Amino acid sequence: MPMLTIENLEVYYGMIRAIKGISFSVEEGEVIALIGANGAGKTTILHTITGLISPRSGKIDFEGHDLVKTPAHKIVSLGMAHVPEGRRIFPSLTVYENLKLGAYTRKDKAGIEETLKQVYRHFPRLEERKNQVAGTLSGGEQQMLAMGRALMSNPRIILMDEPSMGLSPLYVTEIFSIIKEISKEGKTVLLVEQNAKKALEIANRAYVLETGTISMEGKASEFMQNDLVRKAYLGE
Amino acid sequence: MSFLTYLLSGVSLGSIYALIALGYTMVYGISRMLNFAHGDVIMIGAFTLWTAASPSFFPGNPGLPTAVSILISILVCTLLGVLIEKIAYKPLRNASSLAVLITAIGVSYFLQNIALLIFGSDAKAFNSVVSFPGLEIGGMKISAETIVTITVGVLIMVGLSLFIKFSKQGKAMLAVSEDKGAAQLMGINVNSTISLTFAIGSALAAVAGILYCSVFPQVSPYTGAMPGIKAFVAAVFGGIGSIPGAMVGGILLGIIENLSKAYISTEMVDAIVFAVLILVLLVKPTGIMGKKMTEKV
Repeated sequence: MPMLTIENLEVYYGMIRAIKGISFSVEEGEVIALIGANGAGKTTILHTITGLISPRSGKIDFEGHDLVKTPAHKIVSLGMAHVPEGRRIFPSLTVYENLKLGAYTRKDKAGIEETLKQVYRHFPRLEERKNQVAGTLSGGEQQMLAMGRALMSNPRIILMDEPSMGLSPLYVTEIFSIIKEISKEGKTVLLVEQNAKKALEIANRAYVLETGTISMEGKASEFMQNDLVRKAYLGE
Repeated sequence: MSFLTYLLSGVSLGSIYALIALGYTMVYGISRMLNFAHGDVIMIGAFTLWTAASPSFFPGNPGLPTAVSILISILVCTLLGVLIEKIAYKPLRNASSLAVLITAIGVSYFLQNIALLIFGSDAKAFNSVVSFPGLEIGGMKISAETIVTITVGVLIMVGLSLFIKFSKQGKAMLAVSEDKGAAQLMGINVNSTISLTFAIGSALAAVAGILYCSVFPQVSPYTGAMPGIKAFVAAVFGGIGSIPGAMVGGILLGIIENLSKAYISTEMVDAIVFAVLILVLLVKPTGIMGKKMTEKV
């Protein structure tokens, strides 16, 4: 049984039907890429999964929990973390305070310390800057902080929204190699990206989203060979 | 009276303004709204204490001890603050800020008229909750109310700062005021965090109301209006949304008010206070400690 199943999901913004009945699933341990152009509905899907937006209809099942009926603040303790688009760190708090908020729902002090060490291992830069106010970090460092903050809840699945957006090529490579590391540690990853090439390189399977519907799905390696995908999303 | 005496009673009045301004600024920080009913919570707090402590109003009430009456007053205001948020403001969380502002003014009039119905329009004599004599140091007289107000004000401000800096709920309040969506993703319950903010703000208003009416010993349905609006000036003065700003703004405003009363004119005091607001808005619209705001497009 898949870890996360989305069935016939429909989301409206007022009168506008943004997500037009999509279905997809994520198996435990997979890296799934959701690729597509601006405005295809990628962010909307992630926001609906973690409860920031309510769907008009459809089902979202996460390990037997009905996420449509679960309030947003209760989802993280089920083992699902979300790195939102635009990072959305808490700018006036320090790096350390941001990370501690990531573990807000956890009560096991020793476990939190252990996770904090892991996060610092992934992102040594965050440890160097732990007392710095987060708003003063560079874009790439803020992305690292947003990812570190999500990891602090010790999730089994992590949703990432455009982690490469606005970053220099050097940072993009670094961020993607860290996503790969996180996946190797056994965490499931649902990755939304406009940088299709990078996303397909690390993904097992992929879905292509076009104006609210899924137009293609398959193995990431096959997508790399697909002429249509290469033309439309890989810029070749 | 010496300059020092004026200054000290200015700090005392300022501590009261600071306590009220904290309620304004915390609520603004977390829900981006100006709770103009906040001043009237002060009045309800003072009336609650008056009712609980005086033997005459409710038949059969022998007049409760001061400490118990203070506790009841704080409790009533805390509940009232949470209720106001749940009933009046929560349904408008995604509404335009103008709709929220008008609602807040409506709640303010509602509370004043409830008090008018129950207690009538004439001012009641309010017995100071402070029952020990003042001090005299080197010919300088310091009233007991001044001492108590400053002590209580400082204790509460230090306590609140520590609570926000070090407690989990305090951190949650900061997170919600910065980004509600991201706070939810951390597992923070936004509704209960907003309720907590209103509860703390209203409890501080009760304390402020009791202290205010102990210094100016009477209470009427309009008692809360003036200190409320002045504390709002203090909050803007310090930088609305900023907690240290509200403390500094409140105390400075108290000092300005008392010194102008002593050296310029008693009648002009309120005009001077509001002139300060206009000046601050002209020179530094974000207040002394306010953050520069970038308008999101």
